[in-house]
Amino acid sequence: MARDSGIWQNSFIFISVDFNFSLRPKIKRQQLQQRQGTKTGKKKKMHSFGYRANALLTFAVTILALMCAIASLSDNLNTPSPSAQIEILNINWFQKQPHGNDEVSLTLNITADLQSLFTWNTKQLFIFVAAEYETPKNALNQVSLWDAIIPAKEFAKFSIHTSNKYRFIDQGHNLRGKEFNLTLHWHVMPKTGKMFANKIVMSGYHLPEDYR
Amino acid sequence: MIVTSALIIWKALMCITGSESPVVVVLSGSMEPGFKRGDILFLHMSKDPIRAGEIVVFNVDGREIPIVHRVIKVHERQDTGEVEVLTKGDNNYGDDRLLYAQGQLWLKRQHIMGRAVGSGFGAPLAIFGEDLPGPNLALRFLPYVGWVTIIMTEKPIIKYILIGALGLLVITSKD
Repeated sequence: MARDSGIWQNSFIFISVDFNFSLRPKIKRQQLQQRQGTKTGKKKKMHSFGYRANALLTFAVTILALMCAIASLSDNLNTPSPSAQIEILNINWFQKQPHGNDEVSLTLNITADLQSLFTWNTKQLFIFVAAEYETPKNALNQVSLWDAIIPAKEFAKFSIHTSNKYRFIDQGHNLRGKEFNLTLHWHVMPKTGKMFANKIVMSGYHLPEDYR
Repeated sequence: MIVTSALIIWKALMCITGSESPVVVVLSGSMEPGFKRGDILFLHMSKDPIRAGEIVVFNVDGREIPIVHRVIKVHERQDTGEVEVLTKGDNNYGDDRLLYAQGQLWLKRQHIMGRAVGSGFGAPLAIFGEDLPGPNLALRFLPYVGWVTIIMTEKPIIKYILIGALGLLVITSKD
């Protein structure tokens, strides 16, 4: 660690020493001792408190960064095997808004087992259910209907009935009879390091042909 | 010496990640408990399309401070591939439409500065025990690191002054 910070000083010293001993062998002994004297003087100054604190801090930050990286890499050893099912229990209502956009309200039953996604380096799991579909104007529409934060492994196996937390609104009026996928996404948020995300796509859902 | 190395690493990160601000500090509690105030986020901006669930950092026209929230709605055009997204902080009740500019309903790609790919400095502090006064103190000071970043981005003249001062320091130091 001392080497790291003194690298410029060392290289200058190296070059000047080399200069003295190999390129100019005729330098008088006195001059040589003078120069070395000044260098030793500088070396004493290098061991000041500020210098040591600086070196220690650099070292500490480097070690911290390394520990974070190792913790993150350990997440790759985990092989998760999550499972999920989503059922649409009811279409509560399906209307066209005054501005012309379609909106639908659903009640869902979401069952999942995401316990295998947790590692020691996992702070929480952020999961959400999104409806994904295509329209003539839009190649892809992803509308998040519900989300939750799973803070620990114990809570990762669950089954809930809920209506959509966020409004399912289209850009336009394309939803009548629309076939769509319901995707359960999860984002593993680590205590430190890289975040992982993945999803399970469940297809075959459709909306009614008429407004209700 | 630490400051210069930090600046070099910063610039290198900017080149590697291709983003204006490769590292950001979380300033508000709107993404708790995932990201707490003072957490450091690493950003990366790629050409990959923006999808629901991603955590993005965006600027709203007229606001200086970038916001770090999650994308909850995506509408991608067939013809142009242009995308309109809606974001929301995990810890907020409602979506971000209140934060967008007057009359703005969606964010577009040009508003987005980067995607968060990872966060740091949470773990070692958790390992060493949150009751220790030391690490908690450090965490409280980290938000101020974020303000330095913001000031440097907003007023580039300060960045030049800082680099100039550092240069002077290097030249005039006896070592």
